[in-house]
Amino acid sequence: MNAIIVPAIIVAAIGLIAAIVLVIASKIMYVPVDERVALISEALPGANCGACGFPGCDGYAQALGEDPELAPNLCPVGGSSVATIIGGILGVEVGEVEPKTAFVMCNGMSTKTKQIMEADRIHDCKSAKMFFGGHWACTHGCLGLGDCQKECMYDAIYIVDGVAKVDTEACVGCGACTKACPNHVISIVNKKDKVHVACKSSEKGAITRRACTVGCIGCGKCVKVCKFEAINVENNLAKVDYEKCKNCGLCAKECPTNAIVNLRKKKAPAKKPAAPAAE
Amino acid sequence: MIKSLLMILMACILTNNYVLSKFLGICPFLGVSKKLDSAVGMGAAVTFVMLMATAVTWPIQMFILNKFGIGYLQTIVFILVIASLVQLVEMTLKKFMPPLYNSLGVFLPLITTNCAVLGVAINNINDGYNYLESLISSLGAGIGFLLAMVLFAGLREKMETNKGIPACFQGIPVTLLAASVLAMAFMGFSGVVDGIFA
Repeated sequence: MNAIIVPAIIVAAIGLIAAIVLVIASKIMYVPVDERVALISEALPGANCGACGFPGCDGYAQALGEDPELAPNLCPVGGSSVATIIGGILGVEVGEVEPKTAFVMCNGMSTKTKQIMEADRIHDCKSAKMFFGGHWACTHGCLGLGDCQKECMYDAIYIVDGVAKVDTEACVGCGACTKACPNHVISIVNKKDKVHVACKSSEKGAITRRACTVGCIGCGKCVKVCKFEAINVENNLAKVDYEKCKNCGLCAKECPTNAIVNLRKKKAPAKKPAAPAAE
Repeated sequence: MIKSLLMILMACILTNNYVLSKFLGICPFLGVSKKLDSAVGMGAAVTFVMLMATAVTWPIQMFILNKFGIGYLQTIVFILVIASLVQLVEMTLKKFMPPLYNSLGVFLPLITTNCAVLGVAINNINDGYNYLESLISSLGAGIGFLLAMVLFAGLREKMETNKGIPACFQGIPVTLLAASVLAMAFMGFSGVVDGIFA
């Protein structure tokens, strides 16, 4: 009988000692947890995209708990609703969250520019960029192999005919794609800004022209036509000053190469009434 | 004396590497070796826990289990002690060293029932080491684990970017192949330690 009882008692005693030590330790080592941080973590969307500039949602919640100066509206995914909840938890007023979206500064589809080498053995933009600057005639534009698409958590960016396209409805503006792009072709813009320069080439006009039909050649026509001095040309590349831009779209109309795009939805043509069903 | 300790240390790092020769602790070796930073964090945490575990389990074996003649309860008692020890270490770190706690983070609880840690504790007893030798041996085992993790993380980072791997081998298959080649490379160390200190 002893052969069972003695070992059982010893093991139980060791377990009990360990348990007591742990209980005492947990009392002594108790670290007060800021309960606001837990509440904020719950309120945040939990996408861990890093758009706020902190490592994940918990990181942002932690930082909010520690730093009372930190703005509670840094989360573009949650938008105004989440910012209001966080403001409520922290007891501070919250400004509006400006909705943002990604914008691809390149329109060089395969019909507009051309490939100067074959790329069927290269499967990501990073490798392509390292291999003589990519397979397109223009080394500044979208490489079109989808590094951004792989990074996007919201399926908001995809490759169409060699150029990345953004679904502005799905895009939350987290900026994961901007970090993935080796050519830095994608930027984060405010959703309310509609007029953008869809070109990244800082080459001289003639070189850009030879490589791509929709590149910015730095002609300066847009600068002249703008009534608000909101666009100017630096390094052979037009640049919109979003502080001044009123989204009139005159520059987009004037641009000889259509390198400036106006994302404002054109008025849909009046729909014809649907044909009556066959009787 | 010092020579024999150095021999134990080097033997545990190279010839008797716990991951690559004894094939213990394969789970974190494959799971946490995708990035170099986390591999280093995991390796450091395992080294630390191995040392602590040996420091506690050796006296328990000698003064409790052997004395009462219940050596067959070794596994269950060691697991119990190591698990609660890791919990204790985690609490201590959280209280007194938050930066270290944050950097080890999720790895510490993962180690509680790691077979490499238990293996070190049991092997030290089986090899008949004294207390100091046990500590040196577990330090060597930890460093060996760290070395294996770092080497393998370096290899895996290369493999991630390599597009020449056939589709059917991508991911886990090629990782396992690389692990076997690395293990064979470590087999080449057999006899080295005896040679150095002969």
